[in-house]
Amino acid sequence: MNAMTRTTAYEIVQDAIREIVPDADFSAVGPDDKYREALEIDSLDFESLVELLAERTGLRIDEDDYPRLTTLGDAADFLAERQS
Amino acid sequence: MTRHMIHKPERPRVAPNLTDYARERAEFSWSKARERLAGLPGGGLNISYEAVDRHVAEGRGGRIALRCVRRDGSVDTVTYAELALESNRFAHAMRTLGVGRGDRVFTLLGRCPELFTAVLGTLKSGSVLCPLFSAFGPDPVAQRMTLGNARVLVTTAALYRRKVAPVRERLPELEHVLIVGEPSDPLPGTQSFDALLARASEEFAPVHTEPEDMALLHFTSGTTDVPKGAVHVHEAVVAHHVTAAYALDLHPDDVYWCTADPGWVTGMSYGIIAPLTHGVTLVVDEGDYDARRWYRILSQERVTVWYTAPTAIRMLMRSTPREGPYDLPRSFDLSALRFIASVGEPLNPEAVVWGEEVLGLPVHDNWWQTETGCIMIANFAASPVKPGSMGRPLPGVEAAVLARGADGRAIRGPVRVLEEPDQEGELALRPGWPSMFRGYLHAKERYAGSFADGWYLTGDVVRRDAEGYFWFVGRADDVIKSAGHLISPFEVESALLEHPLVAEAGVIGRPDETAGAIVKAYVSVRPEAVPDDRLRRELIAFARQRLGPAVAPREIAFDQHLPHTRSGKVMRRLLRARELGLPEGDLSTLETPSEETS
Repeated sequence: MNAMTRTTAYEIVQDAIREIVPDADFSAVGPDDKYREALEIDSLDFESLVELLAERTGLRIDEDDYPRLTTLGDAADFLAERQS
Repeated sequence: MTRHMIHKPERPRVAPNLTDYARERAEFSWSKARERLAGLPGGGLNISYEAVDRHVAEGRGGRIALRCVRRDGSVDTVTYAELALESNRFAHAMRTLGVGRGDRVFTLLGRCPELFTAVLGTLKSGSVLCPLFSAFGPDPVAQRMTLGNARVLVTTAALYRRKVAPVRERLPELEHVLIVGEPSDPLPGTQSFDALLARASEEFAPVHTEPEDMALLHFTSGTTDVPKGAVHVHEAVVAHHVTAAYALDLHPDDVYWCTADPGWVTGMSYGIIAPLTHGVTLVVDEGDYDARRWYRILSQERVTVWYTAPTAIRMLMRSTPREGPYDLPRSFDLSALRFIASVGEPLNPEAVVWGEEVLGLPVHDNWWQTETGCIMIANFAASPVKPGSMGRPLPGVEAAVLARGADGRAIRGPVRVLEEPDQEGELALRPGWPSMFRGYLHAKERYAGSFADGWYLTGDVVRRDAEGYFWFVGRADDVIKSAGHLISPFEVESALLEHPLVAEAGVIGRPDETAGAIVKAYVSVRPEAVPDDRLRRELIAFARQRLGPAVAPREIAFDQHLPHTRSGKVMRRLLRARELGLPEGDLSTLETPSEETS
């Protein structure tokens, strides 16, 4: 697979969140905001989100990686970095 | 069913409170249990006095009551003496607002020190406390506040903006909204919690309440109607205190962590009241579930007794499977931990054994519900654990298995008690323990309908084995147990029906490995609608906005041919059978011949 650009990674994260919160307003949640609180993503939602991200990127995402998924920007950085 | 049994060490680190089960049951009486509490000076009984003021009066005010772990990991401590003064201020503030005996104060808060101040201050003032779950959306919030006649609400600016402001005009009885923390913009129609308390005196003698005075209101979900507000009285504290000694094995020097949300009955009975009456130190985590964070808290705070939920245990299992490696939990010092208990939905045997193998301690499942107010059936510290069983009834609790009729509920007139072991029936309890609910608010008939021949009917189907251990089989009605919460299919269906393109909806719990069940909606759409992925997403968003993430369906399936009863209601039980892939031939046994009664 070609290396994922950060922009692509950012879109993957947004799309995955939209699967769970279809009306997620990304104009109100910036790259540095903690999206879980803003979008009311609970623990079960978050587990689903991680599964979606793993499925769509083919990456393995462990519990230890969760702190790197705190903001949209962090999550995009993490996915792009892992993929390269 | 597993035959495996987990035995306990002969010499545990701490001598358990309940060692001889049979003798304790034989000798126990609730009137003797009452003697373990102080009572109000001058007579009467008040939960708040037993939880805080008593410790101050008896010279334990300097002990740490709360260790509040903030989201960023920093920790604030509150002593029993400080908690007594803060709750005095709150009670005094209520008095200046003209809020008093019997008035309802609602909380919509996460786990923060102000929650404790508000709960204890409300009870001290003679008012009635009703907690709400902060993951509820505006609809469930407004409905419960209306049904419960909320006069006061304590919440945060963020929660107020999202969940209350949009429905405020539907709440004419709501007079005072107190905002915890600093709002970024002024919020009309609210006032600052801190400013109000700063003006209030820290002198306040608890209002004289009698054991039968109303203290708590907890909403729970029904199958076919609006939520039910279960009324609890001050005397409940006797049961909170005693059951925490028996089923959670609380000792005064424990550091105790209950992970339940304060919006549910567990978060109140065992997240606030019971542990405080034992004078223990409570760990209060403001953050959400996160495996690493949780292990860190267990380790850093030297937690000794931990009360959590099956869904949380199963999430920990996902991050550290039984096959190993155990690197994550083993990288933390969990040596202080000596007892783990769990409640919410049945704990699968694998989770009990996982605790034993990975954390070195079995998980003790127990059973109770909003109406019972306290733990009824439990696995005890000194007794062998049968993985998958909810355990045995506590001293002072009489439980029975009742034969069921065609509608799935206990046969009435008269009921038939199944004495032989291993028979399935509805779990029933003989009322008489102090935290038994005293009514559903404004719903006398629904309350009366919960009893038959002097038994309280729980709605859960169980069996009891030859050794007296109870095993959960399923619900006798359509209520969904998801991640430890009871969810009403009716409430979810009603919200979906408000969407202009929805013709009909049937909501069930789809079995889920982690959450026990997740909410799934079957929807038929109006002729002009196209049931495609876009509409599916739109409905999920629509439901989340109204109901909040905890209640909204996580899955939606379109079905233009929903099965009906003769009276025209959607047959949820048939949808469940379809979901489970049961063959057509089995359906007849699942259904009553004429109509679904629930």
